[in-house]
Amino acid sequence: MSGDGQISAEAAHGLHLLREMVRIRRLEERCIELYSAAEIRGFLHVYIGEEAVAVGAMQALTAEDNVVGTYREHGHALARGIPARRILAEMLGRVEGCSRGRGGSMHLFDAAARFYGGNGIVAALLPLAAGLGLAERMQGGSRVTACFFGEGAVAEGEFHETMNLAALWRLPVVFLCENNRYAMGTALERSESQTDLALKAASYAMPAWAVDGMDVEAVEAAVREQVAIVRGGGGPCFLEARTYRFRAHSMYDPDLYRTKEEIARWRERDPIDAQAARLRERGALDDAALAALEAEVAAELDDAVAFARAAPLEPVEDLERFVVTEAAAR
Amino acid sequence: MTETAPAATATMSFRAALREALRDALRADERVFLLGEDVGRYGGSFGVSRGLLDEFGPERIRDTPLSESGFVGAGIGAALGGMRPIVEVMTVNFSMLAFDQIVNTAASLSHMSGGQFHVPLVVRMTTGGGRQLAAQHSHSFEGWYAHVPGLRVLAPATIDDARWMLAPALADPDPVVIFEHGSLYGWEAAEPGPGPVDLERAAIRRAGTDVTLIGSSQSVHVALAAAEALAADGISAEVVDLRVLRPLDTATILGSVARTHRAVVVDEGWRSVGLSAEVAARIAEEAFYELDAPVARVCTAEVPLPYAKHLEDAALPQPERVVAAVRAMEAGA
Repeated sequence: MSGDGQISAEAAHGLHLLREMVRIRRLEERCIELYSAAEIRGFLHVYIGEEAVAVGAMQALTAEDNVVGTYREHGHALARGIPARRILAEMLGRVEGCSRGRGGSMHLFDAAARFYGGNGIVAALLPLAAGLGLAERMQGGSRVTACFFGEGAVAEGEFHETMNLAALWRLPVVFLCENNRYAMGTALERSESQTDLALKAASYAMPAWAVDGMDVEAVEAAVREQVAIVRGGGGPCFLEARTYRFRAHSMYDPDLYRTKEEIARWRERDPIDAQAARLRERGALDDAALAALEAEVAAELDDAVAFARAAPLEPVEDLERFVVTEAAAR
Repeated sequence: MTETAPAATATMSFRAALREALRDALRADERVFLLGEDVGRYGGSFGVSRGLLDEFGPERIRDTPLSESGFVGAGIGAALGGMRPIVEVMTVNFSMLAFDQIVNTAASLSHMSGGQFHVPLVVRMTTGGGRQLAAQHSHSFEGWYAHVPGLRVLAPATIDDARWMLAPALADPDPVVIFEHGSLYGWEAAEPGPGPVDLERAAIRRAGTDVTLIGSSQSVHVALAAAEALAADGISAEVVDLRVLRPLDTATILGSVARTHRAVVVDEGWRSVGLSAEVAARIAEEAFYELDAPVARVCTAEVPLPYAKHLEDAALPQPERVVAAVRAMEAGA
């Protein structure tokens, strides 16, 4: 840290990236605890290990841009600015949750944040993102739609349909493929004849490349570059972020399909540790600062858990609300 | 001395009525656009959108690749993004490729997001048999869509409904699926009235006192032909056109059955676990004591529709089968 207590904008941004990743990591750890205590039920897919992708990418977006995510989206929701209170209340099935308790872990939504889920059908969100881009293009706006999806989606027909449509119509969409190497338990090389994912996207005539998804600053730089292309009218882009999930696919998964050694090797590249080390090298972080950051995040999550637990449930008589749009929202 | 030509009654085809509805919608609202396979240069696989490309241009009459899931999903996204897309899917059979998008996304999003997101999307598709198109272009899956909360499902059977159902469908903030029977496109009848029409109620297309025939889409015409034949025998049949398959207007059905005390459901879907089963169940649940005979059903034989005309005719509901069902009912009484 500099002697006069001032830190540079660059150092402050580096710390912000670290903080955002720590917030996600600790949120996910709370989710696991709450799941183990049977306060969260259903499917729970945590993002531990992949934090650099969502955090890096969100830096490149404005509040006006659209975000579309998968069922492993807690981190994206938090990094997009949805309060931890509302995320946890949703997972506890409360009316104060960001989907009024109707979505749960896999279906976080927030219209104000332009956060379009929380989508549980692998690859089905890709055409939706293209459609958001189409609407933007037809209305002459400058919004970019960021579409996050896992590498498992690449095997679905909708991936190919959407790459083609988006490139054909030059839609303003950034396709962010989070390649964590496993579609549930099936390794990429066991399910794809061509494992170079950027090559697949490039075959649809769009800029496409890969980035180290364990390096938050590299992800941010790559997404900024792609967003600039897209916003400048260059059509869609595809980014493969090479990452890894440290935990099992979901809380139901006994994780039998990969070795402990493989997981340990990837844990050595923990994106949070890497960013902390980088900041220490730059003199922007020391033990005291890290401890303070952790304490702040812990306090935020203590508050969020308490809020979620105290939040009311939706009255059962409101079960059928929102199946169709209510008159007030028309 | 010149002869005065007899005053010609102006007519319009079902196809032209659908086209005029599209034209109105595109003129009325800049957010409305049509997308689907061959809707533009080709003029629509069944000719519904012919001429619209010239008037509205390729941005709004948008040809798509053969990717049903992709372009229906893009329609959903465009609806979320503030547009009012009309997606044309060539046939209901092909819509199976987009069923996930319609059911898991379009129909679910409002509820799943706690009422934050709405999908003002219209999906039009051709349905039904009778044109010797065999098993992959002829089926009637309306019942599958009508099963799903979050969708409104429409089946126009008249020139008026073909002409006037689209505007209120576009005004609906939620997804609407419209089924256009392939055998009706070329049908000509008197020009439509001035509109509008509602998207709530079933309609009584022929009043009668002895039996209620209930159908939708082309089955309404089968029922009307059967009613004509029954009238010659002194049996007065009332014909109910469901029009709106979801939400189903049970009140109109029950009101008719309360007057006639007999009901035959005519449906081009298969009998098992289909739309006809739902209608029959509602009558059984809510009008059981009004009935003088068990509810009868005339549906498509439980086969993938065959090509050969005599086999296809035998598989589909025909007026004679409806007449026979009514006679069997009378005989059993």
